Amino acid sequence: MHRNQLRDRWQSYLDHHRFSARDSLKRLLSTPLQSLMTWLVIAVALALPATLFTSLDNLKVIGQRWDGAPQITLFLNQRARPQAVEALQQKLRLRQDVAALEYVSPEQALRQFEMESGMGSALSGLDNNPLPPTLLLTPAAGISAADLGLLGEQLAQLKIVDEVLFDRAWIERLQGILTLGERIALVVGALLALGVVLVIGNTIRLAIENRRDEITIIKLVGGSDAFVRRPFLYTGLWYGLGGGLLALVMVLVLLFSLSGAVASLASSYQSDYSLQGLGFSGSLLLVLTGTLVGWLGAWLAVGRHLGAIEP
Amino acid sequence: MRYAGGYEALSRVSFEVGAGEMVFLTGHSGAGKSTLLKLIMLMERATQGQVLVNGQNLNRLPASQIPLLRRRIGVVFQNHQLLFDRSVYDNVALPLVIEGYHPREAARRVRAALDKVGLLTKEKQNPIVLSGGEQQRVGIARAVVNKPRLLLADEPTGNLDPALSSEIMTLFRQFNDVGVSVMIASHDIDLIRRLKRRVLGLSKGELVHDGELQGAANTENA
Ligand SMILES: Nc1ncnc2c1ncn2[C@@H]1O[C@H](COP(=O)(O)OP(=O)(O)O)[C@@H](O)[C@H]1O
Ligand SMILES: [Mg+2]
Repeated sequence: MHRNQLRDRWQSYLDHHRFSARDSLKRLLSTPLQSLMTWLVIAVALALPATLFTSLDNLKVIGQRWDGAPQITLFLNQRARPQAVEALQQKLRLRQDVAALEYVSPEQALRQFEMESGMGSALSGLDNNPLPPTLLLTPAAGISAADLGLLGEQLAQLKIVDEVLFDRAWIERLQGILTLGERIALVVGALLALGVVLVIGNTIRLAIENRRDEITIIKLVGGSDAFVRRPFLYTGLWYGLGGGLLALVMVLVLLFSLSGAVASLASSYQSDYSLQGLGFSGSLLLVLTGTLVGWLGAWLAVGRHLGAIEP
Repeated sequence: MRYAGGYEALSRVSFEVGAGEMVFLTGHSGAGKSTLLKLIMLMERATQGQVLVNGQNLNRLPASQIPLLRRRIGVVFQNHQLLFDRSVYDNVALPLVIEGYHPREAARRVRAALDKVGLLTKEKQNPIVLSGGEQQRVGIARAVVNKPRLLLADEPTGNLDPALSSEIMTLFRQFNDVGVSVMIASHDIDLIRRLKRRVLGLSKGELVHDGELQGAANTENA
């Protein structure tokens, strides 16, 4: 008997959860326009950081592709005589810290550029070749960062060398930017999440205000705080879940509309690179974040405003 | 008992109501009848003195326990306090839903309570379409649906004609007959006198009478 009663209580506790969930969803759907507006606001606030993170992920993939052996590109003076270039090459080949050296003449560089950029005929109209003679230098394997820096400095001091470009430095700079970008995305994400919490909190506050009489009466006949809270927490949950799903759709549509352009751009660089999407876990994370933030907003609002309603 | 504004609504009121007793609480408007009932169900807390319900000191009852106290006390409110967004049935079932009764058991009890107050045929209606007397009976059904040992009623016959009032009082007496303690705030002296029960008379927040009303009794003037 006692056991049965306990089971009944548990059963009806679950029933009330089910009822609250269904009832609060029904209430949202009974004012479709207003609910849709709230969902859209939440969705935009979630889609923005999600898009940021996705873009950063894509840049990271690009960075990793270039993250091979460090290479140094030496742009030589355009008026450097061939003999001087030849002498420089011989000198560099003797160095311990230089593993390989490749000379790209301005003519070769131009031809390569015409091919890869697909702008061949436009460039052939130029009177003189704007590209400098170039040396591609691969430092000895296992060279320390300090020695690499020293090598770069020494090369830069040579009169014949106009500019020293570290591929590595470019990657490091990219990685620095990515780290910065990630921080910014986190801050933006946190601010927008706070915005969602406030939007939902305000919406829930209005819902509580609208159902003031009901809350009073439930408290009068012995409803616990948890009982009174439940439907509003579900309301927040539905707002968050709906917003998260809408945000997911937005991001997917955005990525889909960009993927064509990215693919053709990548193929023009002879790259098989394609845009990375959110993936399953990313999508799940987005929707879950929305739901959680919605619930949290409701929880905060309920904590603030339900206590004020005492019969 | 002092309200937040500083008004002393009840002072030096001391009495005891035994289990299974039926008492009336009377006095002019503003005497403190509602305040006294509110103290018993912790809608207000006593600023001084003690209120004991079933041996439990309400002063020391933590807020988290208030719902449990209210579930053990049936209350009929002066202004009915019904929900007009749901049926008569759902209004009466509310205390059982809160307590977590199995729907089958809840249905049985709701129907029994509605039968008792003569509203079984109106269970599907919205209370807003019912008359004042019928709404009051919905409130009574809700108050007794989880079989409380104590029933409080604040002016339950307030806006009703004499015939209806007497019907309602008969209902309360029937609950009392099966052992429920009943406390009714009312200033319907004629009706109270006919019922020959203990009467607590309040005047300006003080207890001025305790006992059955004799002949042309003295405590009221409302
Ligand atoms: N919430 C309140 N705040 C301040 N004063 C109140 C409050 N409720 C009632 N009072 C005052 O307390 C006195 C008793 O009120 P009440 O108990 O409602 O009287 P009754 O029910 O006997 O008519 C009245 O003078 C009323 O104005
Ligand atoms: Mg009153």
